[in-house]
Amino acid sequence: MIELISLTKRFDDFTAVDQVSLSVAAGEILALLGPNGAGKTTTVRMLGAILHPTAGRAVVAGYDVVEHPREVRRRVGLLTEQPGLYLRMKGGAYLDFFGRLMGLDAGEREGRARELLDSFGMPEAWDRRMGTYSKGMRQKMALARAMLHNPSVLLLDEPTSAMDPYSAKLVRDSIVGLRHHQRAIVICTHNLAEAEALADRIAVIRRGRIIALGTVAELKSRLLGPPLMELRLAHAIDGAHDGVVKLLSGLVKIEAQGQGWLRYFTPSPQEVNPRVLQALASQQVDVVTLSPVPRSLEDVYLRVVEV
Amino acid sequence: MAAVTERFQARPGEPLRLVFTLVRREIWDTLRDWRIVVPIVILTVFFPILMSFVADLALTWVAKYGDPIIGERLIPFLLMVVGFFPISFSLVIALETFVGEKERSSLEPLLATPLTDAQLYMGKTLAAVIPPLLAAYLGITVYLTGLFFFEGWTASPALLALVITLTTAEAVVMVSGAVVLSSQTTSVRAANLLASFIIIPMALLVQGEALIMFYANYSVLWWVALFLIVVDVVLVRMGIHIFSREELLGREIDELNLAFLWRVFVGYLRWDRWFFGVSKQRTADGQKPPLLLRWLGTLCGLYCRDIPAILRRSWMAHAVVIVGLLGSLYIGYAFAARYQLPPDTLQLDQVSVETFAELPAVDWLPTFTAWGVFSNNLRALLLATLLAVFSFGTLAVGLLMAPMAIVFFFVAQVAHLGYSPLLFFATFVLPHGLLEMPAATMATALAVRLGATFISPPRGMTVGEGWLWALADFIKVFFALVLPLLAFAAAIEVHVTPLVVVWAFGG
Repeated sequence: MIELISLTKRFDDFTAVDQVSLSVAAGEILALLGPNGAGKTTTVRMLGAILHPTAGRAVVAGYDVVEHPREVRRRVGLLTEQPGLYLRMKGGAYLDFFGRLMGLDAGEREGRARELLDSFGMPEAWDRRMGTYSKGMRQKMALARAMLHNPSVLLLDEPTSAMDPYSAKLVRDSIVGLRHHQRAIVICTHNLAEAEALADRIAVIRRGRIIALGTVAELKSRLLGPPLMELRLAHAIDGAHDGVVKLLSGLVKIEAQGQGWLRYFTPSPQEVNPRVLQALASQQVDVVTLSPVPRSLEDVYLRVVEV
Repeated sequence: MAAVTERFQARPGEPLRLVFTLVRREIWDTLRDWRIVVPIVILTVFFPILMSFVADLALTWVAKYGDPIIGERLIPFLLMVVGFFPISFSLVIALETFVGEKERSSLEPLLATPLTDAQLYMGKTLAAVIPPLLAAYLGITVYLTGLFFFEGWTASPALLALVITLTTAEAVVMVSGAVVLSSQTTSVRAANLLASFIIIPMALLVQGEALIMFYANYSVLWWVALFLIVVDVVLVRMGIHIFSREELLGREIDELNLAFLWRVFVGYLRWDRWFFGVSKQRTADGQKPPLLLRWLGTLCGLYCRDIPAILRRSWMAHAVVIVGLLGSLYIGYAFAARYQLPPDTLQLDQVSVETFAELPAVDWLPTFTAWGVFSNNLRALLLATLLAVFSFGTLAVGLLMAPMAIVFFFVAQVAHLGYSPLLFFATFVLPHGLLEMPAATMATALAVRLGATFISPPRGMTVGEGWLWALADFIKVFFALVLPLLAFAAAIEVHVTPLVVVWAFGG
């Protein structure tokens, strides 16, 4: 659905996007992460056929962004960094205007617009001037504009920014619903928890280059090492329990230890953990818990961008 | 939903429908801004009524002193003013149109729609021009209605058509110019500052029109209207050509990156060394070619490869110049037929070498030395180039046409006086003209490219890049061809042409 091949964008002598290659399939959500100025927005603008690539190629919904920009724009829903609404207009009239530009007929325009406003929990927005909306409502209205023509590709820049948790959940549910309808979705976000929750794959971009790409699990494994297990015992590991450490050292490489706990890496927990528990049970050591240490996408992200 | 896209493509008149969708929204938005609506209403309703009252008072007052012509001339003048005031608002609307939306971040969603660049440009331009123009027409109607009731005065259809044409053309000039500015700047403040380039010429133009209106020389005003329509076409074409989404979103600040521009310019200025197959910096065995061969390669690369390529890509500009020269031929002959010189003005059989030496006595001719002729031609071509930059190339052609028209005027005159025009041309013009005319044609054509790039930059280039490319081409041709040709031509004109003339006509 989206295919980027060595996509490059230069502004004078500044390279904003440098030979980016990736693909997003129908029904897939890709989160594009990166520091400010990394090239996310420029990439999205090229995918939306607003900016021309300096080099490389991008095919969106089956159309080349340079050769068929209008066809691309018809099939793409773009949520921009700022909502960018016409504040004097009422919500209904605003969506009607964009529906016309997107080629929807009158019945479709109204039906689809009302459906979207309902799904975002703001049916009253239809008759209100957008200047009176809260920040969250403005963001949802912008999202409704992007989804209005039911595009096969959605490019969403910070889709839930400025939203309260309930609104953000409504929007996330809506994005997940689009994935089920085989839409290809690219989300640019700084909200790493949201990216982790929504995205099938993550791409981290820095100084215009993709520096990490894969599923969350792949990135964690690749960048943070194998899963880290934490064992909590009923009693502190002191001198009397040196035998425990010695015992486990034969099975795993202990990464850290403290009063009543220790951590170890294992690439295959399903094989190693039972052996660990058996060994401890044989020595009559009481185990409280054995669980993986949670490692967030934030850890991955920080590891990548700090390199 | 896929079917929606197919229907969208299939509908007839879709491009216009999209433009009018945009126009309607923009006008709707304009009419909800009281800062625009209130002044327009005042200028549309209140001001024309006041003007018709003023006209009535003026007519009565001047009639008391037995000089009614002043009052009669005042009425058409005020008619023009009443039409112009509301359209001044089109400038404000147009200046804000793209850059204002960009500042409010509402532009990008619009750019993400299937509207083409041309549709966006046309939609925004029409939206900026329609409300003020309708207000102007309404103001004119109110003014004329008032005059009819106060004085029983009615405008002739010709005067009304003239004022409406002028008003419309002025509005389109201001709006199309302002939309170009708005699409090329990154802030409303910058656009407003640059608007001086529109306001000042328009102010001067309106003052000139006012003077002509007082003289009631309406035929001149029709020429002014025609000129404005040509400028309209040029500006709209320029707007459509240089307007692009890329320009609107690609730049965040109006920074002049001189280092980058210089690198681009130097890149265009360079050419490849070539000497009949030896085109590399190094020979096959990795050695540098001998110095002489490098020099020959540099010269040959310029004259055998680069200059011909420049001339080939400037063919359109050359065609324009040649059409201009043909025009000057026609003008020269036409004027010669209309204003024939008395029989004793040109006595070619009495021409001698001293006749040429006496030429400096005529103030407007250069000193008749090789340097005098050369420097005069050089000045004229450089002036033409400068004017070309500010006139989309047109004035450069005009400046070349003027002397050529004079030459052809005299060629035609000598025919009337019984001499052979071909012999006159072959002796007075051709000896140096064989070098001078191609030099002037090439320089003018390259200057035309410099000016025309603003309206029609080369495909795939920004206006800036296109202009630097045209400048580099101009410089190369000017130094490599035009200057040497002019120098030789000047020497021939001073030292050879007089001898040929004397030999041919005998003095």
